[in-house]
Amino acid sequence: MPGVAKIHLPPQRSKLAELAVGEQARLSGPVFTARDATHERLVAELESKGALPYGLEGQVLFYAGPTPPVRGRAASAVGPTTARRMDAYTPTLLDAGIAATLGKGARSRAVIDACVRAGSVYFAAVGGAAALLARHVRASEMIAYPELGTEALVRLELEDFPVYVAIDVHGHDLYAEAPANWREERGDS
Amino acid sequence: MDASTIGGVVREAVAQVAVRLRPDVLAALREAAIRERSDRGREVLGQLIENARIAEEDGVPLCQDTGTVWVWLELGADECLAGDLQGEIDLAVSQAYREAGLRMSVAGDALLDRSNTGDNTPAFVDVTLRPGTGATVHVMLKGGGSDNSSAMRMLDPTDGPDGVRRFVIETIEAKATGACPPLVVGVGVGGTFDKVGVLAKRALLRPLTAPPQDTRLADLEAEMLAEINALGIGPAGLGGDTTALAVHAITAPCHIAALPVAVNMGCCAMRSVSVDVD
Repeated sequence: MPGVAKIHLPPQRSKLAELAVGEQARLSGPVFTARDATHERLVAELESKGALPYGLEGQVLFYAGPTPPVRGRAASAVGPTTARRMDAYTPTLLDAGIAATLGKGARSRAVIDACVRAGSVYFAAVGGAAALLARHVRASEMIAYPELGTEALVRLELEDFPVYVAIDVHGHDLYAEAPANWREERGDS
Repeated sequence: MDASTIGGVVREAVAQVAVRLRPDVLAALREAAIRERSDRGREVLGQLIENARIAEEDGVPLCQDTGTVWVWLELGADECLAGDLQGEIDLAVSQAYREAGLRMSVAGDALLDRSNTGDNTPAFVDVTLRPGTGATVHVMLKGGGSDNSSAMRMLDPTDGPDGVRRFVIETIEAKATGACPPLVVGVGVGGTFDKVGVLAKRALLRPLTAPPQDTRLADLEAEMLAEINALGIGPAGLGGDTTALAVHAITAPCHIAALPVAVNMGCCAMRSVSVDVD
């Protein structure tokens, strides 16, 4: 089995280009939480200002809405939400300089094409493992849209956060390939 | 019986199920981790089992999506329920979510005002009657991903069990990765357009250790489970044997011209409890 790639964030594009679909990785450094409402606002700001707001150039967007912090934890539970809901906005954001995205579930052809075009990677974390994942979040800082509650743009500091490479810079798509690969490997088809 | 009694049950249930994985689901995850042949699949199952341990140990939510609250009150027909049931349940939900530090995930109106209501209300409440006294309060926290991955269709009677099976498999193939597998797949068959979704959701409440009494239904469930797990979608949708832990179906009477079917996905962080009240 291949080793686990250690990725320091914000990621170097050259490092992202080395990652292969299906590979396990551990992310350390900042990510920015963004869900549906946040995406709508980010793209509106991008269009009016001509550049990504809030220093997001080269950064990683994490599709997540954490629970509120408790008892000294930066977040008591934080995990990926369904990436597909952000697909309409993602190519625009990748083309504008977002380096990578982090979420769960399959994505559209347009997002896969944008990953190839922009040299971006889509990481997947395990949905339903939020208590475990929260132990890999060291700090949390409100950046924008606090009125959106859990949907606000928040900077999370990750430490060895476990993920898989779900779309690599060559356009390989783990969600499309994994079931067929597994059926073949175990010899059912 | 007073509505505030039901509210008290709901308040306690919410706080408990948010941090504690249903024991039958945890046991099924452990069994699946032994059977799973994919390395990645076993890693994912290992994360989910470890997650359940951490959540209970630290008293933190199993999943950041602490859901909408579904309350199904089965009330004995000999009882007289006094008070504002919806009001008491909403009060319980808002208190429990604030006290336990759970995420507020309810938009005020689906179309006209999507601002967050700020206290996770309203709860979604069903009331049915059954013979006798007492009541059972079923409480489920339902995540957005698994509900979004659900589906219903009005089949023709001639489609029969095979049509139901095909619809379930088709829905899993199209939507499973967004629903956080391994899944408990709730299937409702029968009733009317509006009732069939509730049947599918109620099917999720049944313990994984309790097969249906009708062996024809038990056989259909087993057949669908085998077919789902042959797809290779696997834990977290990243490949493997364990796409679903169980398929649970509930059937009901329907119009002679109808065969309604609904699939309600239950995610790997199943959060529900059924409490009997005297």
